[in-house]
Amino acid sequence: MGAADPAGAAHDYAAVLRNAVVRFGNFTALQDISLELEQGAFWTILGPSGCGKSTMLRLVSDLVPAASGEVSVLGKSTEEARLAREFAFVFQDATLLPWRTALKNVELPLEIGRRRNIKIPVSDRSPRELLALVGLQDREDALPRELSGGMRQRVAIARALVCQPKLLLMDEPFGALDEMTRDHLNLQLLQIWAETGVTILFVTHSIPEAVFLGQKVLMLGANPGRLREIVDIDIPSPRAIKVRDTQEFTKYTAYLRRLLEAD
Amino acid sequence: MSGANDRDPPTPKASAGSKKFQRWFSPTFLMVSVRGRHGAIVVPQRDAFRLPRQTGVADPALRRLLGHAIPVGTAIGIFLIWEAGVRVFQVPTYIAPAPSDVGRTLVEQWPLLMRNFWPTFYESIMGFLFGNMAAILIAVAFVHSRTVERAFFPIAVFINTIPILAIAPILVLIFGAGLTAKVVIAALICFFPTLVNMVRGLQAVSPETLELARILSASRSEVFWKIRLPSSLPFLFSALKIAATTCVIGAIVGEWVGANSGLGALIIDSTFNFRSSLLYATVFLSSGLSVMLFALVTIAEKLVVRW
Repeated sequence: MGAADPAGAAHDYAAVLRNAVVRFGNFTALQDISLELEQGAFWTILGPSGCGKSTMLRLVSDLVPAASGEVSVLGKSTEEARLAREFAFVFQDATLLPWRTALKNVELPLEIGRRRNIKIPVSDRSPRELLALVGLQDREDALPRELSGGMRQRVAIARALVCQPKLLLMDEPFGALDEMTRDHLNLQLLQIWAETGVTILFVTHSIPEAVFLGQKVLMLGANPGRLREIVDIDIPSPRAIKVRDTQEFTKYTAYLRRLLEAD
Repeated sequence: MSGANDRDPPTPKASAGSKKFQRWFSPTFLMVSVRGRHGAIVVPQRDAFRLPRQTGVADPALRRLLGHAIPVGTAIGIFLIWEAGVRVFQVPTYIAPAPSDVGRTLVEQWPLLMRNFWPTFYESIMGFLFGNMAAILIAVAFVHSRTVERAFFPIAVFINTIPILAIAPILVLIFGAGLTAKVVIAALICFFPTLVNMVRGLQAVSPETLELARILSASRSEVFWKIRLPSSLPFLFSALKIAATTCVIGAIVGEWVGANSGLGALIIDSTFNFRSSLLYATVFLSSGLSVMLFALVTIAEKLVVRW
């Protein structure tokens, strides 16, 4: 991992980090991160709290700058990628605007920048179709307070897809939900991934969730935040919930748990 | 997709218009809403006043009836005790008139009262509009520029610390005895609570929502119009409810200092002439004006802040 490819190959990757470092004052949040995220992949990020999981997503999405090293998204700088709406972000909190209906919330990204003649990429699917994709076709006119936590998060996912991003960054999106809802949304997310072909980088603090969703699990360590190991999850897609009861699955979760405890 | 099988999806609220109407105008609603004005900063807390309390009555219709009957009955009871007290102890009318005297004066002197009601109404409304408008604009400036906030916030605090009774004569000297001085006093008394609440409201946007705006490469004006301004509205309406009652106080204080008409002038006049029934009737009318403005703001809030 991290070996520099010859120039020109950068486009096959949704994101490339080379020796990226993030500092907040004297605190090193991320040290020397190198990775190449292939287009169409679904990677999960796991690690103890304070290891810089969220910071890594914020580095890729141009919310925090790299102190040194290089970060590129689809061959562009993170800023260019942000202006071109190449990526979208789903937060732990759904961050819906409470005065807008579900449909109006999904349409928000299309309104931002329209007056400034910024070219906004638009998904092949209309906002209505995206709400249907997340199973909320009959709740278009509902206000966020009328929706359950899981439904709000699904609206946020539909909103993230409205500009047809190539990379979807998700920061513990299901962390605040109960387990049944989380299972349901995990399955739905895998289905959306299969249908849209979007690349997903997904932060979680749940080991089973990381194994269930990810083709690879990035294990981060704390103090300073660093990449410890990339674990390939060789469970074929499409995955069903009962995958979790297999020995293979528990083998991965046990291994990752040992890694976490050894840090 | 399999779809809407999240657990416990709340059903949308039934929008029965008449029920809403009842709720806005129920005495309990007005009373509890008025409580907000005792603090300068009112954090909007939707439905916080509807905490379940044990009343021992099971039937909901009966309980609702009781909810209205208790405050109304208490008010009637107080009036009866007052009436009885005045009669039994033979209190002279110029010291404390009986409620029946006040009621009679309200009817008999209605034209006089109305002649003095309208100027106060006008001053209050104008003061409300100007004071709040200035507060909103200055709040917007504060939120957009730390320098402006640092320069002017101490001055705003200083002005707020001057008792309105102390500053009123100064303003009457500057603007003369006409309407302007009263409007300015009413505006001044509205200004500060709205300023503080509006600044808070404009800043009440979660960091994650601002990150969302950044990822969408939103401009400052887009963040303002699409995110900050709508999120400030619940805070703004809390402040406007305070202002709806204080602007009347401002107008009346202004009229005390020097005016020929208005409820404040009538209060002074009837006090010095020992026309106690008229004084009490005027006071009732003043408070009626406050309640009316408060109810108008409450209705506007229900229409605008629907989330």
